[in-house]
Amino acid sequence: MDNRRNSENGKIVMADKMLVRHLSAYFSKVPALKDINVNIADNQITAIIGPSGCGKSTLVRCLNRMHEVVPGAHAEGDVMLDGENIYAPGVDPVQVRRRIGMVFQKPTPFPTMSIEDNVAAGLTLSGVALSRAERGRIVEKSLRQAALWDEVKDRLRRAGASLSGGQQQRLCVARALAVEPEVLLMDEPCSALDPISTARIEELLHELKASYTIVIVTHNMQQAARTSDYTAFLYQGDLIEFGETKQIFTNPARRETEDYITGRFG
Amino acid sequence: MMASTPHRERPYIFRKVKSDFIMAVTVAATLVTLTPLFLVLGYLLTKGAASVNWAFFTSLPKPVGETGGGMANAIVGTFEVVGLACLIGVPIGVGAGLYLAEHRGGQFAQAVRFAADVMMGIPSIVIGIFAYALVVRPMGGFSTMAGAIALAALMLPLVTRTTEEMVELVPHELREAALALGVPQWRTTLSVIVRTALSGIATGVILAVARISGETAPLLFTSFGNRFWSTSLSQPIATLTVQVYTYAISPFQDWQRQAWAGALVLTAIVLALELGVRWITGGTAKTAR
Repeated sequence: MDNRRNSENGKIVMADKMLVRHLSAYFSKVPALKDINVNIADNQITAIIGPSGCGKSTLVRCLNRMHEVVPGAHAEGDVMLDGENIYAPGVDPVQVRRRIGMVFQKPTPFPTMSIEDNVAAGLTLSGVALSRAERGRIVEKSLRQAALWDEVKDRLRRAGASLSGGQQQRLCVARALAVEPEVLLMDEPCSALDPISTARIEELLHELKASYTIVIVTHNMQQAARTSDYTAFLYQGDLIEFGETKQIFTNPARRETEDYITGRFG
Repeated sequence: MMASTPHRERPYIFRKVKSDFIMAVTVAATLVTLTPLFLVLGYLLTKGAASVNWAFFTSLPKPVGETGGGMANAIVGTFEVVGLACLIGVPIGVGAGLYLAEHRGGQFAQAVRFAADVMMGIPSIVIGIFAYALVVRPMGGFSTMAGAIALAALMLPLVTRTTEEMVELVPHELREAALALGVPQWRTTLSVIVRTALSGIATGVILAVARISGETAPLLFTSFGNRFWSTSLSQPIATLTVQVYTYAISPFQDWQRQAWAGALVLTAIVLALELGVRWITGGTAKTAR
């Protein structure tokens, strides 16, 4: 049924890009996530849903070690990327973040940089030496992937902040893609956007799925149902249910999941 | 609609009169505040403009009894002392401000912040005494260096605190966005945070420069003053403020006239700096986004 799954011994086997095992996260002493176990499938979209404050953002931030950037925050447990534990001692979070990109809730173009400088920022600020031609090629490729190229190709030197909100968010997607990550994390990428921009981002997700593994946090259940292949439902720091999106939305195993997706609480 | 209002509304005319009255009071207060400024500027212009001529900018002070001469050495000296003070004060102040902004809650940061605030309140003459004890005594004499260190100590807390405030204005999301791209922490701070806050930091630095350019007290027993050409760091040097002070309290009319001219030139320099700030920030005191 799904051609991106690997067929092995005649059995359909799903390839997992990331494995989350016994992950707990804390802000100072307050637990935000309790013993989470999730598999992130390769070249698929995994949605994380749940009511406000349930730990969705914390979970996604644990996946590229951004959680620990908050003062006093720490995480316990294992997160495997291609079989390597990114929480193992000696692993440089900077290297992890180059392989696992992230797009935030609010568009965050760097205000002092032009559109093309924004796209190239991840490379130039990491000290990657680029020739002019290479740089131009990467900027164009990333902007095309983010479906923004046609709108900005004539004003690449204009300030990134001069774009509309929806364009800024796609600029942030292009910026994340320019460093060629393997996984793309999106933390409520549409919550600050209008419906048309939201639709564009959702379209984009479908296109990006071919080349990237995507994890999207959303408080919009329709969005999760529309865009994702797998869905994780979090409630008060616990993973209540995890499975194929179709199953979660049509035939949830847990009562809490059903109550949430039918709008009885949340 | 109005009938349902439980309390009686005063007629419009009462509120209008009250509003106009308050408006008149605030306008009067503004005028009173501005009056000294224009009086000082006007007085300076009428007294000083006549004595500002080409010789004032190009020649040295004449010996007592001879008329004419200028303050060329003091003008150069002011720029030298203030420039040197910036070389010392700006890097340390910006660095300390960055540290404070990056380690907001830390105990050491709180202590430094408190120290900077206390330092801002120290009278400038006390800073001068400090530089005298620290530099002039061990070096065995007044010097440009001592004056610059005194002025640097004066500007240090100003630059530190404005840098901290400007850096804290940079949205937290920008730092996270850079870190999430796999940019190292130090590079994030330098290329994203400082670059975004740069116009604000520059404003703070120029305001601090304007402030120290007008200082006399800390220079009296550090750089002291000099009637001759000197750009040596280890010799006493003339500055506009000290020269104005010396000439103004002298009994000679020609010197007093030159003191007015010096005061006018100094004011013009400080004013130019302040206008520079306006220009950098694009008309408003708006800074980091």
